[in-house]
Amino acid sequence: MGKTLAEKILSEKSGQDAHAGDIVIASVDVAAFQDGTGPLGVRQLQKMHLEKVRAPKSILFIDHAAPSPRKELSNDHMLLRAFSKKTGALLSEVGDGVIHQRLVESHAKPGDVVIGADSHTCTSGALGAFATGMGSTDVAIGMAMGKTWLKVPETFRVEVKGDFPPGVYSKDLVLYLIGMLGADGATYKALEFGGRAIEKMSMEARFVLSNMAVEAGAKTGLIASDRKTKEYLRLRGRIRDWRLLRPDKDAKYERVIEIDASKLVPQIAFPHTVDNTRSVTEAKGVKVNQVFLGTCTNGRIEDLKIAARILRGRQRAPDTRLVVVPASREVYLSAMKSGLLEVFVRAGGIVMGPGCGPCVGVHQGVLGDGEVCLSTANRNFRGRMGNPEGFVYLASPATAAYSAINGEISDPREFFSKGKRKTIRKTVKKGKKR
Amino acid sequence: MILKGKAWKFGDSISTDLICPGRYFHLRSNLPELAKHVLEDADQDFASKMAEGDFVVAGNNFGLGSSREHAPTIIKLAGVSAVLAKSFARIFYRNAINVGLPLLECDTDKIEQDDEIAIDLATGTIHNRTKGIELKAHPLPKAMLNILNDGGLLAHIEKHGDFRLD
Repeated sequence: MGKTLAEKILSEKSGQDAHAGDIVIASVDVAAFQDGTGPLGVRQLQKMHLEKVRAPKSILFIDHAAPSPRKELSNDHMLLRAFSKKTGALLSEVGDGVIHQRLVESHAKPGDVVIGADSHTCTSGALGAFATGMGSTDVAIGMAMGKTWLKVPETFRVEVKGDFPPGVYSKDLVLYLIGMLGADGATYKALEFGGRAIEKMSMEARFVLSNMAVEAGAKTGLIASDRKTKEYLRLRGRIRDWRLLRPDKDAKYERVIEIDASKLVPQIAFPHTVDNTRSVTEAKGVKVNQVFLGTCTNGRIEDLKIAARILRGRQRAPDTRLVVVPASREVYLSAMKSGLLEVFVRAGGIVMGPGCGPCVGVHQGVLGDGEVCLSTANRNFRGRMGNPEGFVYLASPATAAYSAINGEISDPREFFSKGKRKTIRKTVKKGKKR
Repeated sequence: MILKGKAWKFGDSISTDLICPGRYFHLRSNLPELAKHVLEDADQDFASKMAEGDFVVAGNNFGLGSSREHAPTIIKLAGVSAVLAKSFARIFYRNAINVGLPLLECDTDKIEQDDEIAIDLATGTIHNRTKGIELKAHPLPKAMLNILNDGGLLAHIEKHGDFRLD
């Protein structure tokens, strides 16, 4: 019987003929902590006197509170640094970037099993890795023993065809999918994205899909490796990490979902759940106090380019703050060299250092009571951005950037229709005269 | 073992952000202090008013969101003896078993706020003593039952030196 990507990888890594429903012990290639989950994991290992790391890549990422805004968190960071020195686990320091972006840039590869104490570890699934989020104890054990237990998931195949219309992106596709499935619609399942539209998509856009698989409850979000994967790894000096990995043609899927990208419109996830998605036209006019462009979902160079294209030569609305956080040092440097950071700063925005930024509600843009943030992140739960009285809406970088100019949620397709572009320019000029 | 306590009723989609808010990120290495804020954004009074042994009773997809193991850990630390819900999010489920917090999947529409509940964990029988109804929980998968019976994942590995799941 043919195998899905999840079944193929877990068969290889467990040394048994694994099919959906089987419980396997799989070897772990990458085990990762971040600074919110690492201290608990490190203490669990210390309790067991398991202070050797056996996973080939054991990595600690300081990204959620980087640099530290409080002494308690500074002390947590010290614990992680000391553990790294003692065990040889790799350390990703303040300024290196978000765990998931760093994993795809430098560590995860097709065919790997990647476990991370962060729910968005599924991001590496776009490289063809079985990547999944777990808690601190699971990852601690995986790091110490170099293996973990997994139930082989059934797979939902998401088959996407058609060309994306201007102003519509992979973020809109995945928000639409989550709205359709519901926040628990794919619980315990693997999502496997494929079809012509996925083949044509850049790696950066694919990461968005895998990143948000967990928002439908899924264990991972896999994409077959191909020439795009190869090129992504080659550009980072990692050609040896590349291998072709595809599902079998006769793989058995629990469900096949077909989506025509050409029919999609920009999506908005309304507060306070990610599956509360609607067309942008239904959100038009919602006043926005803060636009946040960044995160492991949409803080990559392609995202910043799209936003900069819209913001170049324009100003954010007077009552709308613009916070930009590149996802990694690589993204930051690239945006710096190509002048994108200047575009954001001239547009009235602030550019922070690489990391998770305000996404987790720790620092760098906590909302006030009743304030609205339009964010390119993956979550909008109540209290997510540090205040249960705040409101978080999710959208693509294009929607976020265009809305920053208008001060309210706006349809980015207007920007791409020529007549409207002139109108915006005129408004900006008028504004300058005043 | 029979667990007895009062039901604290919550709705659907109780996220880990509602259970363990991100604004207390700096308390993650101070679990007793963090536990004082358990479920604060879902019910401000819960932590101060609940009694040792009480149950958290919720709707669908309890624990969705982040992988923070601190969420089930502080529910347990606060004194909650089990969480009952119609369904649980995957990572939360695994974390709860790993830290030894019992979870029961059952029809929680039959339980209201303040109902007196008694649970037999061995059989998965839930007795709503206020309403005089008996409910049955879906049994835990074998692998997870082994881990829970050993007292969590750490104790499981210490006991066997490896995974013993079947």
